Amino acid sequence: MAVTTLKIDGKEVSANEDETILDVAFQAGIKIPTLCHIEGLTDIGACRMCIVEVAGSNKLQPACTTKVKDGMEITTQTARLKKYRKMVLEMLFSERNHVCAVCVSNGNCDLQTLAVEHDLTHVRMPYLYPKTEIDASHEWFALDQNRCVLCQRCVRVCDEIEGAHVWDVSGRGVQSRVITGLNEPWADSDTCTSCGKCVQVCPTGALSNKGKATGEMTKHREFLPYLAQRRHDHK
Amino acid sequence: MAKQIIIDPVTRIEGHSKITIKLDDMGAVQDARFHVTQFRGFEKFCEGRPFSEMPSLTGRTCGICPVSHLMASAKACDEILAVEIPTTAVKLRSIMNLAQIIQSHALSFFHLSSPDLLFGMDGDPATRHILGVVEKYPTLAVDGVMLRKIGQEIIELLGGKRIHPAWVVPGGVSSPLTPADREIILNKLPEARAICERTLSWFKGVLDQFKDEVNTFGNFPSLFMSLVSPSEDGKLAKLEHYDGKLRFMDADGKIVVDQINPNRYMDYIDEAVEPDTYLKSPYFKQLGYPDGIYRVGPLARLNLIDVCGTPKADQELSEFHALSSGPNLSSFQQHYARLIEMLYGVERIEELLNEADILDKRVRAFAKPNRSEGVGVSEAPRGTLMHHYKIDDNGLITWVNMIIATGHNNLAMNKSVKQVAQYYVKASHLQQGMLNRVEAVIRTFDPCLSCSTHAMGQMPLLVQLLGPCGELLDEVKRG
Ligand code: SF4
Ligand code: SF4
Ligand code: FES
Repeated sequence: MAVTTLKIDGKEVSANEDETILDVAFQAGIKIPTLCHIEGLTDIGACRMCIVEVAGSNKLQPACTTKVKDGMEITTQTARLKKYRKMVLEMLFSERNHVCAVCVSNGNCDLQTLAVEHDLTHVRMPYLYPKTEIDASHEWFALDQNRCVLCQRCVRVCDEIEGAHVWDVSGRGVQSRVITGLNEPWADSDTCTSCGKCVQVCPTGALSNKGKATGEMTKHREFLPYLAQRRHDHK
Repeated sequence: MAKQIIIDPVTRIEGHSKITIKLDDMGAVQDARFHVTQFRGFEKFCEGRPFSEMPSLTGRTCGICPVSHLMASAKACDEILAVEIPTTAVKLRSIMNLAQIIQSHALSFFHLSSPDLLFGMDGDPATRHILGVVEKYPTLAVDGVMLRKIGQEIIELLGGKRIHPAWVVPGGVSSPLTPADREIILNKLPEARAICERTLSWFKGVLDQFKDEVNTFGNFPSLFMSLVSPSEDGKLAKLEHYDGKLRFMDADGKIVVDQINPNRYMDYIDEAVEPDTYLKSPYFKQLGYPDGIYRVGPLARLNLIDVCGTPKADQELSEFHALSSGPNLSSFQQHYARLIEMLYGVERIEELLNEADILDKRVRAFAKPNRSEGVGVSEAPRGTLMHHYKIDDNGLITWVNMIIATGHNNLAMNKSVKQVAQYYVKASHLQQGMLNRVEAVIRTFDPCLSCSTHAMGQMPLLVQLLGPCGELLDEVKRG
């Protein structure tokens, strides 16, 4: 595989051609904020938190899905990037109903952590306050659409790792919703193995174990890179 | 000519409110009423949420007494789980509940009511507030601040953060007490006890100056209700804030009903909705509406028991009981009752902390919902607090009913206002002293209005004097 050299934040790095900007930055110890990305699953560029500037292009590129090229000059922290990342977060908060103070994931939430890291003190756009439901039909797990950021980690882990493909996204734009089966109650899904991987990878309080009180839902994701590697080795 | 005097807003109580006084043709008080003007809408808002979120959600009903809501809510959830929570968890929850009672009573007594007691009801409004107290009676003011702080610190040590702790959970509490925290709390108690004793002896010394208030501040026959628990030998009724059974007593001191399992409250209490207030009016079913008027809170609790169960508080209780032959009917004595309850709280926390199993690590029972309905009842600082939930097969809330202390007291507060007004309103103009007394009588109930109107709507704030055909004769605005 061809080796290329490029610059990230002024730092010379070398990389394999099939690697993404995010991978290479990570190896070089440069932190780029992410939300939909999770180690072990295919990246889809859904959230746009990882945007970076590439010299010679006015377009902001998602680091998680953009492959490196020889001679690329990448900047990961600029005022412009900060502004857009913050705006992404504001839109995520305004699109659903996030009430951290009573949320099962309070204190253990990727979205909340990003908000803190980006000094998000308030949201400038109007809240949409959609009326969304909770599917608590599954014996052990609950889906609260109010907290979903449509990162599709659940969709991907169920498809790529568990091989059950219970999850999909229905609707478009603000009407988009993750669904189980053919948009039936989770409990009615014939393919769900109740493995709980979707719950663990979900970055927010959207997927949780039933019966958890405020702030009690902590996620365990250690299994994912390991299982992903095993799946890869078997292919 | 009938005239209506409206005092609004009532200063120095939590939330917003309005009082109207109706005069008859002779200028005498015909009727008086306390209106509530806040909207919270919690009962509706909880529908569709997982029941396990209810302690936190309802803790948000009120920024003043979240801990009380946590207790009642967690107890309702325990019922839904159908578990008996570990005894250590019961004790730890009780400690937190008592700490809440101490800090809330301290706020009510020292910050909100002591200005009236120290400067007199007709004192200059410019100094008759807590800052005036700080200036003229610094020791008392400092005591108040300290006592409240100790209560809050205990809550914080147990729950992790002062307001809205998520430590109280369905099935128990989320973490045990550490030996170090136990020591810290124990070390705070001697000072708290000294403050309670000091303040009690001061209060008993000045009580004589308030004969008029004792006689006219909501001094009327009514029923009383609270939780009580049996003493060790089962013969006496003991002060209870966390568990126990419901008991009703009439104005003559007769126990009307006793040993009621709190989850059967609906057999004894009904709620009327009146057109001009957003507060529901619960009444004792057997006597109907509005005769079934009852009071809850510190005064009711002390009227309903034989003993507190701790040595110092029991001495004070016997003095308190000696003030009247039957139950003490004057709402003014709520202040006195609060002081005794704070002393009890300090003593009881110490007892609980010294129990052998208080550091036990088993503090939570785990289960899935095993019932579709649960009722949780506890004693909040202001009186009996009831949470009642129903869930669907998936554990999502389908129905919520909450009866809050200020709600239980609603009819009694109206009656108290009327009584004060009858005594002090002689002419059709508004006198400062009268206004203060009408407000002060409301404050004896320490109504927490932000949570008591969790289910209704919003009203404008104004002060009006109305004639027989509703014509505006005068208008007063304050605050
Ligand atoms: S999902 Fe995260 S950001 Fe949303 S309410 Fe819960 S804790 Fe807050
Ligand atoms: S449910 Fe969770 S994992 Fe699935 S899309 Fe929503 S936020 Fe992402
Ligand atoms: S992390 Fe790259 S788009 Fe979400």
